[in-house]
Amino acid sequence: MPTLGGQTGLNLAVDLADAGILEKYNVKSLGTPIQTIRNAEDRELFKQLMTSIGEPVPLSATVNTMRQARKVAKEIGLPLIIRPAYTLGGTGGGVAHTPKELDRAVSNGLAASPINQVLVEQSVAGWKEIEYEVMRDAANNCITVCNMENFDPMGVHTGDSIVVAPSQTLTNKEYQMLRTASLKIIRALGVEGGCNIQFALDPYSENYYVIEVNPRVSRSSALASKATGYPIARVAAKIAVGKRLDEIPNQVTGKTMASFEPALDYLVVKIPRWPFDKFASGDRIIGTQMKATGEVMAIDRCFEAALQKAIRSLEFGKRSLLWEDPKWKLGEDIANYPLEPNDLRLWALMAALRRGITPQALSEHTRIDLWFTNKLRNIVAMEKTLLSETLTPELMWQAKRLGFADEQIGTLADRLPEQVRELRHGWNIRPAYKMVDTCAAEFDAATPYFYSTYEQENEALPLEGNKAVVIGSGPIRIGQGIEFDYCSVHSAWALQESGYKAIMVNSNPETVSTDFDTSDRLYFEALDEESLRDILENEGGNGEAPPSIVQFGGQTAINLAEPLFRSGMPLLGSSAEAIDLAEDRRRFENFLNELGIPQPPGAGVTTAEEALSVAKLIGFPVLVRPSYVLGGRAMEIVHNSSELSRYIKQAIELDTKHPVLIDKYMEGKEVEVDAVGDGEDILIPGIMEHIERAGVHSGDSMALYPGINLTETEVETLVDYAIRIGLGLKIKGLMNIQFVIMRDSDGQGSSVYVLELNPRASRTIPFISKVTGVPMVKVATKVMLGQTLKEQGYKTGLWPRQKLVAIKAPVFSMSKLIGVDTYLGPEMKSTGEIMGIDYSYDAALAKALQAAGLILAPEGAILFSIADRDKPEALPIIKGFAQIGYKLYATEGTAAMIKAVGLPVTAIRKKLSEGHPNVLDIINDKTVNGIVNTITGGRVPLRDGFRIRRAATEKRIPCFTSLDTAQAALKVLLRGSQTYSAQPVSDYRKKEPA
Amino acid sequence: MNKPAILVLADGSVYQGYSFGAKADAFGEVVFNTSMVGYQEMLTDPSYAGQIVVPTYPLIGNYGINEQDFESTKIHVRGFAVREECYQPSHYLSTKTLHQYLAEYGIPGISGIDTRAVTRKLRSVGVMMGIITSDKTPQQALEELKNLPDYGSIDYVKQVTTPTPYQWEPNGSTPTHHVVVLDCGLKYSILRFIRQMGCAVTAVPCTMSANEILKLKPDGILLSPGPGDPELLDYIVDTVKQLIGKKPIMGICLGNQLIARAFGAKTFKLKFGHRGANHPVRDLATGNVYITAQNHGYAVDPDSLKDGLEVTHLNLNDGTVAGLRHKELPIFAIQYHSEASPGPWDSTYLFKEFVEMVKGGKY
Repeated sequence: MPTLGGQTGLNLAVDLADAGILEKYNVKSLGTPIQTIRNAEDRELFKQLMTSIGEPVPLSATVNTMRQARKVAKEIGLPLIIRPAYTLGGTGGGVAHTPKELDRAVSNGLAASPINQVLVEQSVAGWKEIEYEVMRDAANNCITVCNMENFDPMGVHTGDSIVVAPSQTLTNKEYQMLRTASLKIIRALGVEGGCNIQFALDPYSENYYVIEVNPRVSRSSALASKATGYPIARVAAKIAVGKRLDEIPNQVTGKTMASFEPALDYLVVKIPRWPFDKFASGDRIIGTQMKATGEVMAIDRCFEAALQKAIRSLEFGKRSLLWEDPKWKLGEDIANYPLEPNDLRLWALMAALRRGITPQALSEHTRIDLWFTNKLRNIVAMEKTLLSETLTPELMWQAKRLGFADEQIGTLADRLPEQVRELRHGWNIRPAYKMVDTCAAEFDAATPYFYSTYEQENEALPLEGNKAVVIGSGPIRIGQGIEFDYCSVHSAWALQESGYKAIMVNSNPETVSTDFDTSDRLYFEALDEESLRDILENEGGNGEAPPSIVQFGGQTAINLAEPLFRSGMPLLGSSAEAIDLAEDRRRFENFLNELGIPQPPGAGVTTAEEALSVAKLIGFPVLVRPSYVLGGRAMEIVHNSSELSRYIKQAIELDTKHPVLIDKYMEGKEVEVDAVGDGEDILIPGIMEHIERAGVHSGDSMALYPGINLTETEVETLVDYAIRIGLGLKIKGLMNIQFVIMRDSDGQGSSVYVLELNPRASRTIPFISKVTGVPMVKVATKVMLGQTLKEQGYKTGLWPRQKLVAIKAPVFSMSKLIGVDTYLGPEMKSTGEIMGIDYSYDAALAKALQAAGLILAPEGAILFSIADRDKPEALPIIKGFAQIGYKLYATEGTAAMIKAVGLPVTAIRKKLSEGHPNVLDIINDKTVNGIVNTITGGRVPLRDGFRIRRAATEKRIPCFTSLDTAQAALKVLLRGSQTYSAQPVSDYRKKEPA
Repeated sequence: MNKPAILVLADGSVYQGYSFGAKADAFGEVVFNTSMVGYQEMLTDPSYAGQIVVPTYPLIGNYGINEQDFESTKIHVRGFAVREECYQPSHYLSTKTLHQYLAEYGIPGISGIDTRAVTRKLRSVGVMMGIITSDKTPQQALEELKNLPDYGSIDYVKQVTTPTPYQWEPNGSTPTHHVVVLDCGLKYSILRFIRQMGCAVTAVPCTMSANEILKLKPDGILLSPGPGDPELLDYIVDTVKQLIGKKPIMGICLGNQLIARAFGAKTFKLKFGHRGANHPVRDLATGNVYITAQNHGYAVDPDSLKDGLEVTHLNLNDGTVAGLRHKELPIFAIQYHSEASPGPWDSTYLFKEFVEMVKGGKY
């Protein structure tokens, strides 16, 4: 079934078909036929098909070379949109307004496309972008699940657009015109299942173009499913095995069938979550190439409220719509505002409206429909009222109806958020919860999927019986990914298994946790104090609020422990006190001292002078980072005092009242442990050893289970420390500890230091659960409900080591994030991960590298550009590559070293300003098929090293910035042809190696 | 902020909102429609005569009112109850706001009310009478409701039918055939579709006798949708009886019920009706499912069917009769709206089938 695994699934299916594999083994492709995939994905075939059924497509041509592209540009005229064939999220595309931009976009696009093909297309930038989600069964019955309208007009990738569902500015005639076209298209393509169709609609006529069809379920399908309650993927799967739409019951109503079209009596707003808060140097302009890592959705009965709730869901700290960038030049001139598509445009629009620029002017300038800019002005008008008028029950009601958070109202009306809350409680202004039921209340629905709104009637009466709230993890961002969705889902199931009703709260439409059938009740809500307290009070009814579980939703959920505790809400698992002890740097330090467990020396500082004196005391290199951040944001390894001064200066500018933390950087072996505790015992399912040494963020490291390179004593020490820490903190539930092991120079003894502790589920919980078979989240949830580990039948201490080897490797989205440096460091950059599993290290490693896109060809050429510091250590690796016949290229300094040991090497200019050929040339023309590049420190973009790494990313050439990873990749090559087994994960755990 | 107003239902439920549109009170049967677009078409659909319409979609008026999407000469709903009326519409065709349009025709609206709560009430208790008022207390409103005639007792068809016959776009392409549409509350879209398919179209008053109709030399007759209880329409049923067997007949919505009654079947009132753009209907002959636009409060009792009528379509939501045909005669009818407006265009092929029937081709 190739249509449920995104672009990856489609591409694989087509590859398998092309290679004759499907035919050879008589494999039937279920659902949408392979030919349909080809017809939709191949630009030329698609265009032909659309023309044959009379559906308009923009003028375009498919090209394979730059010359062809220039010719087409002359015929159609600029601006043009460049779309590479067969890529994910439009990777490598762009809009070209000038010949220069055309050259760049086409060159990127050709490189990005696996078949070196791009579509050069007439630009309809500024038109309305409308999408339809369509279903079709094999009997040719079709329905549309919903349509969606992009706030950002054509020109911005839909994944990077703010999207509303259903459409807001289309008349019935326009809605039906595009709906009819959608049905015609899905029938012509012969899709069996779900499909997404994008249109560009002229805002001033009935003209439209079909822009794109995804012959599969997509990001938009997930959004549409959550927006409507119609389970698109589930229905698509049933269609694939031959069911008809009218044979599949609608689970939501229990009465109707899947052959109907959801009626919404609310609207949803989706906002993308971009990684620019982490990548300050990244190009924040958004266009046809998707850059967002995740998204949030909010539901309400008016646009203003849905939008404001979605912004709360983004979890930008305190960044409500009131936020303005201090760097902006405000005023009456519209040209001063950053209104080109970028991640802050929404805030810029608000800032402009506040200064009297009209919705009309903004709409003309940005082509964002006037309907939307008028709605934004309604929010600004309410801000002004709140600023100038006395808070009355009526004003409070109106503000809440427009989605103003207590905190915003507090800011505007000069009160504390808590006072606002008390006021509105006094006036009995509380949110009502309404059901998402697919049918606008026409039928009595059975499905417990709710959103908050300020209305007359509340439909969510407190659930009866034992119950607990699982707090989810919000949008997917770097450092907080899908792992926490896994955890939330498993926790809900464990609650149910224990006879509790599970109540889920989350704001992310891409997740399983927000499936209405994962829990007993789903609140699709922002994950902040106000919304959690409202939900808990609603569920409490006249009695006590149900307890919350804060361990599974990443940093988002754990951060809510304190405010919930403070407001008297019960928590399950480790106490708020234990959480604070673990999260408060100083308290944790004292705690470890008392236990006699070492950690790298360090301190928190607030000034540059302090920093320098601390660094002097503990010695360089040091690891520096702001406290209270996620995913190692702004964390760096600093080697000398000038770098340190620069860093401290930046960090102080960046913010914050919190100190900067300076620790001795210990360049040892990093080891990670997840554990579950019940207050009396600790169970450690396994130990994970990082392939990259400490200093690379654990989320960006390759991690290996079991710790095959650890000594028995080391393992004993790790287990001892973990148990003592867990018991000392009275951990009830999960914790994750990161250690660094420093081996003595004689190789005999070693010391173990604690780097970090998180009193919650970590990123590796799904990994360790899968490889060891210990269902960590389930065990932890049951512990929280009062069942000890022993009562659950678990022996404590370290779980027996499995016979398998598993390696987790990070996956990056760097090719989409222009201007971001790709080197591995203490700040996390990866957006996902993969796992390689087998019976041996080599086989698992080969699989992991393969899946992570880091596998090197058996023969080829490799470029080395190594910092002086790392040269001695790099030498064995260089020799290894030479030994297997790799041709060596190196930048001048590195080449000198290689020559000195008598190996053949081609020296290449590193300085780009000194003529050709230079390093970029040999990357761009793919002379080399691998690069090893270590950094000299001092993170200054636009240095030559940075350019090397960017070029490698853009050409999709594996680039190793850690010698450890390079070593691993070499190891796989040295082993020659890779042999690995293929069997279900559970078999690796259960069965002996063959 | 507009003046506060309330919607009061006959069971005593009160919903708070604000007045917009005409400054007046309105009473009528309160019904909900689940279509997310098409408020202009709804307002001008004569089948809503005597009713206060509650769109379940909360944002109404977003694209204003244009000159192209009227389904009749005026607003037929008695009152319009919405969660939010858009006073700043955005559309290139828009010539006025929803508020202006309602005010122009003297129709009151109420905005800001919890339309979902109203819908849940109607769905569980059934449709009932209600009042929109901005100057009465809920008690006064309830008193007034008690003295009002029930929706089901009034013949609204007579109020909405054209007083005189007229031709639709007589100056267009030269027609080959002639269809007479008996106007029980027709929507212009029906006329547009038939005319587009090359037929001359004459709309005639619902009181026109069969003889007079036949004198117009029609090649086919279309019985239009319309408001109210078909039990009150024996005078039209008699006309239909006399037309049976004379000419091909297509019935839409009320037309479906009239044909059923003409063949002796019974009709009954649904608890809360079908009003929306997402009703799945199965064509029993092919098994295909169509998403249809619907607007009716009454349905044909399938057990009462006799004299050659058979069920051809079923509503998949509640299994009610969605289409009929005569086993021998060129007569068919649907309970839903092939003209959509608002709603999906999946069923416009039925006009083609009718016109083919009229042209003596298929059947």
